[in-house]
Amino acid sequence: MKEYIFDCVVIGGGAAGMAAALEVEKSGFDTAIVEREEHLGGILLQCIHNGFGLHEFKEELTGPEYAERFAERVQASSVKVFLESTVMELSESGEAAGMHELHCYSSVYGVFLLKARSVILSMGCRERNRGNIGIPGSRPSGIMTAGLAQRLVNIDGYIPGEQIVIIGSGDIGLIMARRMTWAGCKVHAVIEIQPYPSGITRNIVQCLEDFDIPLYLSHVVSEIRGKDRIESIRVTPLKNGIQDEENSFEIKCDTLLLSVGLVPENELSRKAGIELSPQINGPLVDSFLMTNKKGIFACGNVLHVHDLVDYVSRESRSAGSNVVKYLNSTLTGVQNKVKAGANVRYVVPQKFNFQGDNQFYMRSMIVKNGAKVEVRAGNIIIKTVNHNHVQPSEMISISIKKEELEKISGIPDQQLEISII
Amino acid sequence: MEKEYICIACPIGCHLKLHVGADKSLEVSGNKCKRGEVYAITEFSEPTRVVTATCRLGLENLERLPVKTTKPILKDHINPLLKEIYSLKLEAPIRRGQTIIKNFMNTGVDVVATRSAG
Ligand SMILES: Cc1cc2nc3c(=O)[nH]c(=O)nc-3n(C[C@H](O)[C@H](O)[C@H](O)COP(=O)(O)OP(=O)(O)OC[C@H]3O[C@@H](n4cnc5c(N)ncnc54)[C@H](O)[C@@H]3O)c2cc1C
Ligand code: SF4
Repeated sequence: MKEYIFDCVVIGGGAAGMAAALEVEKSGFDTAIVEREEHLGGILLQCIHNGFGLHEFKEELTGPEYAERFAERVQASSVKVFLESTVMELSESGEAAGMHELHCYSSVYGVFLLKARSVILSMGCRERNRGNIGIPGSRPSGIMTAGLAQRLVNIDGYIPGEQIVIIGSGDIGLIMARRMTWAGCKVHAVIEIQPYPSGITRNIVQCLEDFDIPLYLSHVVSEIRGKDRIESIRVTPLKNGIQDEENSFEIKCDTLLLSVGLVPENELSRKAGIELSPQINGPLVDSFLMTNKKGIFACGNVLHVHDLVDYVSRESRSAGSNVVKYLNSTLTGVQNKVKAGANVRYVVPQKFNFQGDNQFYMRSMIVKNGAKVEVRAGNIIIKTVNHNHVQPSEMISISIKKEELEKISGIPDQQLEISII
Repeated sequence: MEKEYICIACPIGCHLKLHVGADKSLEVSGNKCKRGEVYAITEFSEPTRVVTATCRLGLENLERLPVKTTKPILKDHINPLLKEIYSLKLEAPIRRGQTIIKNFMNTGVDVVATRSAG
């Protein structure tokens, strides 16, 4: 079996992996990316719509353009890229302390082994499917996740059906409503169980209203009908949380797309003994984005699901620069806890330090205009930031400068709590 | 005549009402700021969108090549544009940014490749 040794191996060559690898390579470390697909870019390659890169490039790009700009930088660097290669197993080396081993399989190179002092997890996320949401009825064909449909249509040029219904109002589903319409299909409805849409307003307007596609809020698909191929679905409104059978109706369709959320992809991490957050399914990380396993870092959608690729790139660069410090043995600092307070679903990372600036990402549990994000340690308010508008589908980021933490630096075991009020 | 819009110029998403007077005058309400007014008036008089789609390419690992308009185009032009995009068969190699359709219907808008291939 072939063996290679690197200072850092990055698992996954999407937006996160590319940004992180470039950051590590920049400091002169031998770096490799292992990517399952034939191209670098990850999910961006199938997101042909625009809306990417306003922060990173100060212009509005499509997904493939954003990906290619980074892929060109990777190609121009000394980062070694293993395409069509999958990391099957990640473990600690039995021979040398502080070394990690990655068992890889490739349809091109066969089986090979990578050894590295540091590893960056950037495997992205996967979509929830029907099994995760449990719709009763038959199990005909014609049911798939919106992301799979996106890949089929945009890359493979295969239109999965003509009469479409979408379950869930997440952004992928909304984007696909427009895409399928522009591909000549009829999108009959989007069904959302919540009383509010889970995608952003711009997508509601430009992907549904532009085409008069009805959005049924507080409705569920109560039954799927059809023998071999799906033929119709039964839609039932919710009244005070209870299915209102009487007002159910039927929609004929040959294809059902599920857009019911994304989950970080962490099978590999779990098997490697990396501790995961039960709430978001991403690794628990300290303020340096390092997991409980020394030398293994995480960034991008594998850590928590992002809606803006620009944030993915920024977070991944900071993971990369922490790896550099780790490799130089200068990554030190006491880690203190960060807690999600009122109206905050989660905060990443779950730790902070006093040695430098800290960047936090979080999601709101509420929809509110004129909200405040408040960071406090006990009774001491460290920082408040005003937000015109917050909603669960838009990630919030907040940075806290080293100086801002001085107020509490003398007190041991300080915890930070971030709330939305 | 009354028309309703949701402003997308910022995430607040104000619900706007546009009143079209008998003399064709336009009056916007419901907006928290000036941008909402501009948004409703443009949506009413000349709504435009950036169009993204794919063209046939037929490479073994890339059947379709993604493309986009260089600027937003009038909504009325979208369907004829899509028809033209779908009628094309591209030949690799193609560079990102390469023009696929020049000056569509004299609108001054081009269609360009958003990915390189071959
Ligand atoms: C449909 C959709 C629409 C979006 N729209 C927008 C938008 O309009 N604007 C915006 O800014 N952002 C948008 N985003 C968000 C943003 O694009 C993503 O959050 C970002 O691209 C994720 O990057 P990533 O590198 O974390 O994950 P990915 O791009 O998923 O990359 C992960 C990579 O890891 C590889 N991989 C996984 N496991 C292994 C393994 N074991 N071995 C080897 N390789 C592996 C995968 O093949 C993949 O290439 C959208 C996201 C989606 C899904
Ligand atoms: S009107 Fe102003 S405040 Fe309201 S959504 Fe539009 S831009 Fe935002």
